[in-house]
Amino acid sequence: MDFILEPLNLVTFFPLVGVLLLLLLKNEQKKIARWVALVTALVTFGISLWVLSMFDASNPGLQFMIEEDWIQVAGWKIKYALGMDGISILLVLLTTFLTPIAILSTWKAIDEKVRDFQLFFLLLEMGMLGVFLAQDLFLFYVFWEFTLVPMYFLIGIWGGEKRMYAAIKFFLYTMAGSILMLLAILWLGIRQGTFFLPELIAKGGIPADVQFWLFLAFAAAFAIKVPMWPLHSWLPDAHVQAPTAGSVILAGVLLKMGTYGFVRFNLPLFPEAAVQLAPTMALLAVIGILYGAAVSYSQTDVKKLVAYSSVSHLGFVILGIFALNEQGIAGGILQMVNHGISTGALFLLIGFIYERRHTRDFDQFGGLWKVVPVYAVITLIVSLSSMGLPGLNGFVGEFAILLGAWGAGTAGGPLGTPLFAAFAAAGVILAAVYILFMFQKMFLGPITVEENKNIKDLNWRELLVIVPLLVFIFWIGLYPKPFFDLIGPSVSHLVEMLPTAVSTVLH
Amino acid sequence: MVDYLAILPEIALLVLAAILLLVDIRLKEEGKDTLNWIALFGLVITFVLTILLAQPGEEEVIWGGMLRHDWMAFVFRLVFIAGAAFTVVFSRGWEAIGDRGEFYGLLVLSTLGMTLMGAAGDLVMLLLAIETASIPLYIMAGFSTKDGKSAEAGFKYLLFGAMTSAVMMYGFSLLFGFGGTTDIYALADAIAAGNVPTLPLMTSIILVLVGFGFKISMFPFHFWSPDVYEGAPTPVTGFLSTASKAAGFAVLVRVMLVAFPSVTVEWQTLLAILSAITMTVGNLVALRQTNIKRMLAYSSIGHAGYILMGVAAASSLGVISVVYYIAAYLLTNLAAFGFVAIYYKQTGSDEIEDYAGFSRRSPGLAFAMLFTFLSLGGIPPLGGFFGKLLVFSAAIQADMVWLAVVGVLNAVIALYYYLTVIKFVYLRRQEGDEVPFPVAKSQSLAIIICVLGVTFLGVIMAPMFELAQKVASSFF
Repeated sequence: MDFILEPLNLVTFFPLVGVLLLLLLKNEQKKIARWVALVTALVTFGISLWVLSMFDASNPGLQFMIEEDWIQVAGWKIKYALGMDGISILLVLLTTFLTPIAILSTWKAIDEKVRDFQLFFLLLEMGMLGVFLAQDLFLFYVFWEFTLVPMYFLIGIWGGEKRMYAAIKFFLYTMAGSILMLLAILWLGIRQGTFFLPELIAKGGIPADVQFWLFLAFAAAFAIKVPMWPLHSWLPDAHVQAPTAGSVILAGVLLKMGTYGFVRFNLPLFPEAAVQLAPTMALLAVIGILYGAAVSYSQTDVKKLVAYSSVSHLGFVILGIFALNEQGIAGGILQMVNHGISTGALFLLIGFIYERRHTRDFDQFGGLWKVVPVYAVITLIVSLSSMGLPGLNGFVGEFAILLGAWGAGTAGGPLGTPLFAAFAAAGVILAAVYILFMFQKMFLGPITVEENKNIKDLNWRELLVIVPLLVFIFWIGLYPKPFFDLIGPSVSHLVEMLPTAVSTVLH
Repeated sequence: MVDYLAILPEIALLVLAAILLLVDIRLKEEGKDTLNWIALFGLVITFVLTILLAQPGEEEVIWGGMLRHDWMAFVFRLVFIAGAAFTVVFSRGWEAIGDRGEFYGLLVLSTLGMTLMGAAGDLVMLLLAIETASIPLYIMAGFSTKDGKSAEAGFKYLLFGAMTSAVMMYGFSLLFGFGGTTDIYALADAIAAGNVPTLPLMTSIILVLVGFGFKISMFPFHFWSPDVYEGAPTPVTGFLSTASKAAGFAVLVRVMLVAFPSVTVEWQTLLAILSAITMTVGNLVALRQTNIKRMLAYSSIGHAGYILMGVAAASSLGVISVVYYIAAYLLTNLAAFGFVAIYYKQTGSDEIEDYAGFSRRSPGLAFAMLFTFLSLGGIPPLGGFFGKLLVFSAAIQADMVWLAVVGVLNAVIALYYYLTVIKFVYLRRQEGDEVPFPVAKSQSLAIIICVLGVTFLGVIMAPMFELAQKVASSFF
C-alpha cells in the first residue's frame, strides 16, 4: 500500500483509476464518461500540485525517488525507478494542467464513442507522465512507446478526413526513430551493466567515438518527436487530422517529450558527444526556426500554420539546450512550457471557430473582430504571446535562449560563433510576420463571408477552458522568477557536468 | 532403475492418442464433439502432470543417452503441449476436422514427436522424433479433403518436408561416418579432437541446417510456408506456425550449441546472415499480402528471423532470448490464428479488407486482437516487446550490432502491416457492422488466456526469464 501511495506513483497512475471506471461504462453514457474523465484529470492535477508543494526547489537532485528491482537476473539490472527534479517538474505540471483543459474542450466536439475517447486520453496522460518521471532507461522506453498507441487511436478514430494516413504515419515515423534509441539503450544496459539512469551517469566512461553513435541513436528518437528539421514531415499531417484536444496534447506535451529527452539523456549520458555535436544541432535548430517560419507564412489553413510554427518554436528550444549553458537550457525548459501553453491555447481557439464554421481556411474568415470581440481579444493575446511580445510568456523563454546562445557563441564556447543567435533572432521577427498576417486575415477588415455574421462568441465553458491558460501567459511573462527558481538548481547541476567535457575536447 | 517419470508426458500423450482413437469408434455421429473435450482435458492434464512430476532432476541423461531430461526439454514440452491444447480449442466446430477422432489423434501424436524433438540427445532419436512430428502434420494440413487448397497444402508440405528430411539425414550420416557416434554430445568431443575434416564437417552442418531450416521456415527454405499456411485448415496453421516452429528451434539450438561448439564462429556467421535475410524477406513480402493467413505466414517467417538472431548469438543470453521470444510468440500467434479461425467460421472470409468494422461487431475480441497484433509488432508493455528486446540485446552482446540494426528496421516494416490490420478492425467501417459477433465460450476463454499471458510476459518478466535462464544453463 505504501508503494502505491508514493507521490510519484500516485501522479503517474491515478489516470488509470479513471480508465477502470470508464471501462464499466457504455459508449452511450456520454455525460458520465466526460465527467469521470474530467474529475480524474482534475484530481491528477491536484496530486501534482500536492507534489509541487512538497518539492524542494533548492535541491538539484532527484526527489521523491522510487527505486524497486524489476528484473535483476543474469547481469540484467532493470529497475522500476521514478524520480522528479527541476527539469521534469514543470513538464509534469504542464501535462496534468493541460489534460483537464483538453478534456473540457471535448465536451461538445467529441460526440461519438465518448467513453473510448476519454479512455485513450487518460491512458495517454499516464504514458506522458511516465516518460517525464522514469529514471530507468528501460522503463522510460516502455512509457515512451506506450504513448504512441492511444495517440494513434485519438487521431485514427476521431480525426479529420485523412485520419488513417496521418495516424499510421505518426506511429511509424516515431517508431522508426525510437527503435534506434532502443538499440542504444540496450547497448548501454549491456555494456554498463545497468539501465538505471543515475547509475549510468555516475559510471560514465564511454569512449568519445562510441558516445557519438549513441548520441545519434538517442537523437534520432528525440529529433523526430520534437520534430526537428528535416524530420518534421509527420507533424503537419498529425496536427491537421487530429481532433482539437489531440492537437492540444500533441503540441502541448507530446512534442516536449523529445526536447525533454535531449536534456535528460543526451546531455548527461554523452557529454563529450553533446559538446562535439552542439554546433550541428544548433544549425539544424536554426534552419528549423527559419524554415518553420517561412512555411507557416505560406499556409492557408490556420491549423497547419500553427503546426508549422511549432517547428519554428521548438527550434528555439533545441538551440537553447545546445547552448549548453544555464541560461540556454533553463530558457529552453521554460520555453517548452510556454510553447505548451501558447500553442495549446491556439489550437483550442482554432477548435472553437472550427466547431462554429467547420472550416479553417483563411479565405472563409475576415472581420471577425466585430462579430466575436471576446474571442478576438483572447486570440490576439495568445498570438502575441506566441510571437514573443515582451510582457508575455513567450518573450521570457526566447530571450533567455538567445542570451544563452549568444553566450555560447563567444570564442571557446560550444557553439563557436554568434551567428546562430543572430539568425535565431531573425526568426523572432519572422514569427511576428506570419502571426500578425494570420490575425489580420481572420479578424480585421470587412466581413466577407455571409455566414460569419451570425457566429456566437465564446460561451462560459469555452472561457473556462481558455482563461487558465491566459493566467499563465501573463504570470510567466510578468513574473517568471518562481518558474526559473524551480528549474535553476537542477540545470546548473547538469551544466556542471558538462565543462569537464569541454576541456577534454579542447585538449 | 529407469526413470519413467522423466518420460511421463510422452506416455500420457500416447495414452491420450489411443483413447481418442478408441472412443471415436464407439461414438455416434451426433456425439462427436465429445472428442474435442477429451482431447482438451487430456492435454491440460498432461500439461499439469508435466509441471508437477516431470521437472528435471539430478539425472540428465536418460534412456542410454537417447533423451535428455533437462530444462530445455521441460520448457519446450510445455510449449508444445500448450500449443496443442489451444489448437484443440480453436478446432472446435471447424468443418471436416472438428469432429474427427483421427484429427485429434494425429495432433496428439505430432505433439508427442515434438516433445521428443525437444529432448533428443542422439541423431537417430532426433530423426525419429522429427518424422513422428512431421508425418501427422502433413496429413493434418491436407485434412479438409473437399477443399482443393487444403489438399494441395498437405501434398506440398509432404514433398518439401520429405526432401529436406532426406538431405538432413544425409548430413547425419556424414556426421556419423566421420565422428563414429550418433550421440550429439559425444559428437562434440569427436569434432573437437579433429576426427572430422573441415570440408565434410561444414558440408554436414549445411545439410543439417536444410532440415532444420525447413521446420522453422528459414530463408531459403521458406517457400512452402505461405501456401501451406493459407491452404491448411486455420487451426492447423496456428499449430504449424507455433508449436512446429518452436520444435525446429529446440532442435536447432541443441544441435548447434552441443555438437558444433568448436566451429561456433563459422555457423554463427552463417546463421546471422540467414537471420537477416529471413526477416527481411518475410517482412517485405508480408507488406503486400491481402489475405490475412498469408500475411501471418510471411510475418511468421519474419519472426523466425528474429529468433534466429538469438541462436546466432550463441551465448547464454542468446538462448534466453530464444526461449523468451518463443514463449511470447506462441501465445500471440496462437491467438492471432484463433481470431482468423473464429472470423472465418462466421464470415467465410480471410481477406484483411473484410475485417473492417470488426471492433463494432465484437469490441472484446477486437480489443484482444489489438493486444495480439501490438505484441507481434513489439510494442511495450507486451511480451513480444520483451522478446524482441532480448534478441536485440543478444545480438549486441555478441558484437553483431549490424544484425540488431537490420532487426530494428524490420520491426518498423512489420509494424506497418500489423497496423494495417488494426486499421481495418478499428478505423474502417462496413455495412452490417452493428450485428453482434457470437464467439464460443471456450474460444473466448482461450483468447483471454493468451492475452493475459502476453501481458504478463511483458510486465512481470522475471519468472519466465528465470526459467529461460535455467534452459540456458544446460548449455553454458
